[in-house]
Amino acid sequence: MAKNELDSRFAQFGTVSFASVTQVNDFIGYLEEGKLMGTRCKTCGKSFFPPRAHCYQCLAGDMEWFEIAGKGELVSYSTLQYAPAGFTEEVPYTIALVDYGEYKVFGRIDNSVSEAELSVGAKMKAQISRTPNGRLTYAFMKA
Amino acid sequence: MGKVGIIGIGQSAFVRSYPGSIRELVFESFREAMKDARISGTDIGATVVCSAPEYDKQRSPAGVIAEYLGLNPQPTFYAETLCSSGSTGLRLAYSLVASGLHDVVMVIGFQIMSQLTSAESQERMGRGADIQWESPFGTMMPAYYAMHARAHMAKFGTTMEDLALIRVKAGTYGPLNPNAVYRKPVTLEQFQDPGSFLGGLVAGPLRAGDCCANADGSSCVIVASEDKARAFSKKPVWIKGIGAATAPVNMAGRDRLTGLAASVEAAGQAYKMAGITPADVDVAEVHDCFTIAELMAYEDLGFAKPGEGKDLIRSKETYREGSIPVNVDGGLLSKGHPVGATGGSQIRTVVLQLRGEAGEIQVKDPAFGLIHNVGGVGLYGNVTILGVD
Repeated sequence: MAKNELDSRFAQFGTVSFASVTQVNDFIGYLEEGKLMGTRCKTCGKSFFPPRAHCYQCLAGDMEWFEIAGKGELVSYSTLQYAPAGFTEEVPYTIALVDYGEYKVFGRIDNSVSEAELSVGAKMKAQISRTPNGRLTYAFMKA
Repeated sequence: MGKVGIIGIGQSAFVRSYPGSIRELVFESFREAMKDARISGTDIGATVVCSAPEYDKQRSPAGVIAEYLGLNPQPTFYAETLCSSGSTGLRLAYSLVASGLHDVVMVIGFQIMSQLTSAESQERMGRGADIQWESPFGTMMPAYYAMHARAHMAKFGTTMEDLALIRVKAGTYGPLNPNAVYRKPVTLEQFQDPGSFLGGLVAGPLRAGDCCANADGSSCVIVASEDKARAFSKKPVWIKGIGAATAPVNMAGRDRLTGLAASVEAAGQAYKMAGITPADVDVAEVHDCFTIAELMAYEDLGFAKPGEGKDLIRSKETYREGSIPVNVDGGLLSKGHPVGATGGSQIRTVVLQLRGEAGEIQVKDPAFGLIHNVGGVGLYGNVTILGVD
């Protein structure tokens, strides 16, 4: 990448992107490799999802990436019948929060999972996928 | 440090579409509050202007409003905490007066939402969440609160009928409030029909009837030092407790989705400052942007134990005649929710109650009133306690 170009890989995330220039753009690189990643502070060990470039606990800026793997518990979810502008063609879709213990992850339920299969407490796993308009994202499958 | 009081209150009607501009809409509540306080523009030391951004094109609305209200050269500035902007304005006004910097401070809240389509409006509200990590999934307020409803139902056995009962209560008082956007009563049967307007799902399990409507409106609250309050007003109402808190914007940062931690923290601060407990509250205005929000507020404010909010609505204890009247002006569910104006409207209702000027919805001899005003999905929480002494 040329020196004067801003790293705006984050513009590729989600159905609609509202933010593009960040210091955690490697998140996108990892999505392209099929991995969902968070960051951990090398100095004090605090983990972050969503990933961050800074640790507020120790004020250091030395972070390493770790993979979100394994199963989490479905904290809650909701299927939208109406959508905000920019997302109306994807209706109905389901947003969800999954608890992995040390951190939680917010995202979509994969389109292949029907609402009837979901319940609070269900075991879920995250998977990289593409949005209907071909952009990078991740979604939860039943584990 | 002397007391800080409220000497003037006003609001516009909350309507689907205001036939005018923001400055004209603001003038309506300003005029009512100024007449209520019986002061003139030169008595006002400063003005805090509150609204949610990006619903209209005027950048920096505070200065434009100050000019239209004849309030130059006094200072003014803009304050925003999404749907709790109005009560944040009150917190700032309280601070300006308590510090001695000003004797009289006005808080203006406004919102014109009708210039946007419904989808655009939801898009703005979806960007009240974390635009980097959550908005790209197509989030919106009803869906976030729906997740809270589902979690509450799974943990405590709250039912969709319990949520509907809250809207039925709102529909009891909406018809009595000439300023409300929705003036019709609501029945349980309307909820039970998924084909009806109120019964159709918006974001499961919340139906259209579980959601407040967008509206255009403005509100105005005038705050004064103790000396000025006693000089100007026959019935000043005093700010006894004022609390504020935040919670992580990201759902991934929340400990639980069965309540709003910001509300609990803000309420604790307000109760402590006022020296009272939840049982001492005689009348309350809570942030019922969605039915589940009111139910969680019963618990977050300590009117009911966690999980027992449903008992309060089932037993009608939160109706006007009950032990803890809540939202007897129709709440956001019937009044509508012009985002920046809501806090001021809640404050106005409680002030009228404490003065004994609430008319048909008057609660008997209230000594303490509470305002619970939340921004976003409990991202910001303000709790204010007002008293007659």
